Order: sequence, then structure tokens, then C-alpha cells
Amino acid sequence: MNALVMLGQERPLVDWTWIADNLPLIWDATLEHITLTVVSVGLGMAVSLLLTIAALRWRWMYGGILAVGGILYSIPSLAALAFLVPLFGIGATAAVITLATYTVLILVRNIMTGLDGVSEDTIEAARGQGYTERQVLLGVQIPLALPVMMAGLRVATVTVIGLVTVTALIGQGGLGQLILTGVRLLPPLPVMIVVGTVLSVVLAIVFDLALLGLGKLLTPWTRSQRSA
Amino acid sequence: MGDVLQQAVEFMGDPGRWSFTEPGGIPYRIVEHLWLTLAAMLVATILTLPPAVWLAHHHRAEALASSIVNIGRAIPSFGLIILFWLIASRNGISSNWALIAALVALAIPPIFTNAYTGVAEVDPALVESARGQGLTDRQLLFDVELPLGTEVILTGIRVAMVQVIATVGIGAIVFNGGGLGRFIIDGFAKGPAGYGEVVVGAVLLAVLVLVAEGLFSAAMRRFVPRGLQGRHVPDEIEAAVA
Repeated sequence: MNALVMLGQERPLVDWTWIADNLPLIWDATLEHITLTVVSVGLGMAVSLLLTIAALRWRWMYGGILAVGGILYSIPSLAALAFLVPLFGIGATAAVITLATYTVLILVRNIMTGLDGVSEDTIEAARGQGYTERQVLLGVQIPLALPVMMAGLRVATVTVIGLVTVTALIGQGGLGQLILTGVRLLPPLPVMIVVGTVLSVVLAIVFDLALLGLGKLLTPWTRSQRSA
Repeated sequence: MGDVLQQAVEFMGDPGRWSFTEPGGIPYRIVEHLWLTLAAMLVATILTLPPAVWLAHHHRAEALASSIVNIGRAIPSFGLIILFWLIASRNGISSNWALIAALVALAIPPIFTNAYTGVAEVDPALVESARGQGLTDRQLLFDVELPLGTEVILTGIRVAMVQVIATVGIGAIVFNGGGLGRFIIDGFAKGPAGYGEVVVGAVLLAVLVLVAEGLFSAAMRRFVPRGLQGRHVPDEIEAAVA
């Protein structure tokens, strides 16, 4: 019986009183989760854009970037954190680099797939109208590639939101921090684990839908095509 | 960094470190990691393939197939593992089974979506000509759709396996097991003095994943007939990470 009490037998999974009393704590954890996500995806996006520009210029690099990205992608987040902590110490740097790592493969692949998907005829037509190479890239290729790029951004963002929780192990983690604290309290506090997990899923859905909406706003022509 | 290497060397120099039977042994933890992975993958594959293939063959529940992988990606494995541990421990269930159950839940989405896609997206012209040649429904599934779907189905299993191996390590936070994740979690708990242990655990875990993935891919190339290889695997479906 004692062991069961230790495991929080009497504490409910959903404890509205606890939630009501700890709204500021939950809000702070959510904000930290969002900050870590945005910074990591932003860093990942910057790196991916640089890599894509390099790959556009030197095509042979593309295979190498995908291969390295694939290896990094397969390495468990736990192991990635463990490599980086001795180098950068416990803190946000190790967390952000780890999280950004997982976006590069998805983002580079989607940016390239998007750009490659623009038909040769369209590009030729733009050149025929007197577009310079730069104008073709910025005015034709990138806008037409946006839907595929945005799809990549959505997958990367949702992936990172799920992974942020793991960085609780090194004192970050946003909502993961709620989960970890809930486990480490004696006895454990189940409501913290439930709130942390559920809100992480909610955040993922909200960001996914928001980016979906943003993508539609940025590419109005895809909407009119669909309704036509 | 020199300190960390020194620590790592000392950690590996411990005589009990190379034991298959002591919980502190690296081989012991590798074996544990592998059997947890294998058990979860077997259960997940057996549970997922038949319904996925059946639904795909009849082109039913297409929305489910495309959303299940997104749902799987949105659920944080960290939270899921701990929730399973919590619920299981309240009901007095032995912890390894709870860990395996959580791993199964995480492995299902990629296996399901790929199996569905592999079977459902066989070229309709091939399906039509197979029917035209008088193949029964059953023959169509087993002689046309499943063989042509093999590579995509196996890719889903590979992706799930990579995710499961990674997640076993996260299990070490709450479970006594956790395979190689044990060293990382225990090392972190010791602070900077444990960084050597952390790095050894991380290298072993990363190598385990990459070797497992490499062997799986090599086996696919070796055993999947040449004519069935090279079907395009939709990029988005391949993605899963833990």
C-alpha cells in the first residue's frame, strides 16, 4: 500500500484545483516552450537556407547535405543532448542546437523539392519576359515553391514542439519541465504530467494550423485554383 | 573536454562495465535495449499491418491514414512514456511492459501510414489490368498490391524502429530499464562528474541506431527483389524522430 501511495495513487490525473492555482507556472512553461521552438526552428531555417543556396550553386553538395542530415536526423535527441552538454554546459545553447538539428533534413529537402518542382516552361517564360536570374529565383521559383516549403516548415515545427519536452533533462524543456517535475516530486503529481503532455500536443496542433493558414495567405493563387 | 574523455576512459575501465549480467554492464544494457526494441516492434507490426493493409486494399479511411502520422508526430514521446509509466504503476503493472506498451503506441503511426500508402498507392493502371486478367480480390492483394508495396511498408517499419530505439533511452528517466539511456540519465544525475558516462552512453546509443538502420536498409536491398525496389517513398511519410 505504501508503495502505491508513493506513486500518487490518491492524486487525480486531472486536478482542476491544481491547474487553477498554478496558471502562472503553466503559462511560463508554455511561453518557454514556444520560445525554444521558435528560436530552434528559426536557427534551423537559417542554416537550411544557407545550405540550400550552396546546394543550388554546387549541385554535388546536395547529396552530401542530405546524407549528413539523415544521419543527424536518426541520432536520438537524448544522445544529441548528451554530446552537446559537455561542450556547451547545461543550458539553452545545447537545447537549441539539438532541436535545430532535427529541422535541417526536413527543411532542406522541402526547399529543394519545391524549387525543383517549378516547371522549366515557367522559368523559361519568365526569362523570355526579361527576368534576370535573381528575379527568376525571387519572383518566380520561390513563390511557386512556397507550398512545399511551408509543408516542410510545418513538419519541422511540429517535430520540434514534441522534442522540446526532452530538453527538460538539461533544465530547459518548457512544458517538459512540468512533466519532469511532476515525476520527480515525492509523491509524483500526475496532473503536472497530464497538463504538460496535453498542452504540448495542443501547441503542436495550434502551430500546425497557424502555419497552414499562413501558407494559404502567402499563396492566394493556390486557393483560387482549388475553388475553381 | 579533456576531463570528459578522462572520465569516459575511467568509466569504461570499470571491470563490471563489460558484464552481460550486471546492470552496470554495457553489454547488459545493449541486450536490454535490443529486446525492448524487438518486443515493441513485433507487437506494433503484428497489430498494425493487417488493419492497415485491409483498409488500404479497400481504400477506406484515407483521412485516418494521412492524419495518424501527424498525430504521432505531435505527441511528445517524453510525455507519453511518463504517462504510461504513471498509469501502469498505479495499476501495479511491471514496468517493462508499460515501457513496451508506450513504445508500441509510438511505433504504430509510421508503420500504419506507410503500410497504407504502400498498398493504396499502387498504380491504378496495374490494379485495373490485374482485374482485367481475372485476378480475384485475394490474388490482387497478395500477388500485386503487397509485393509492390513491400518497399514502402518496410520503410515504415525501419522509421518506427529508429524511433523506438531512440525512445527506449528516454524510458530510462522513469523505468529501471531503458537500455543504453541508463548511462545518459544516470550520468546527467551526477552533474559534470557524470559527463564521461553521459558521452559513452550517447556514443553507444547513436552507434546502435545507425547500425540498426544501416543493417535494416542493407537487408532491404538484399532481400527485396530488385524489380520491387526504387518505388518513390513520399518524403513526409518517412519523417519521424524521437
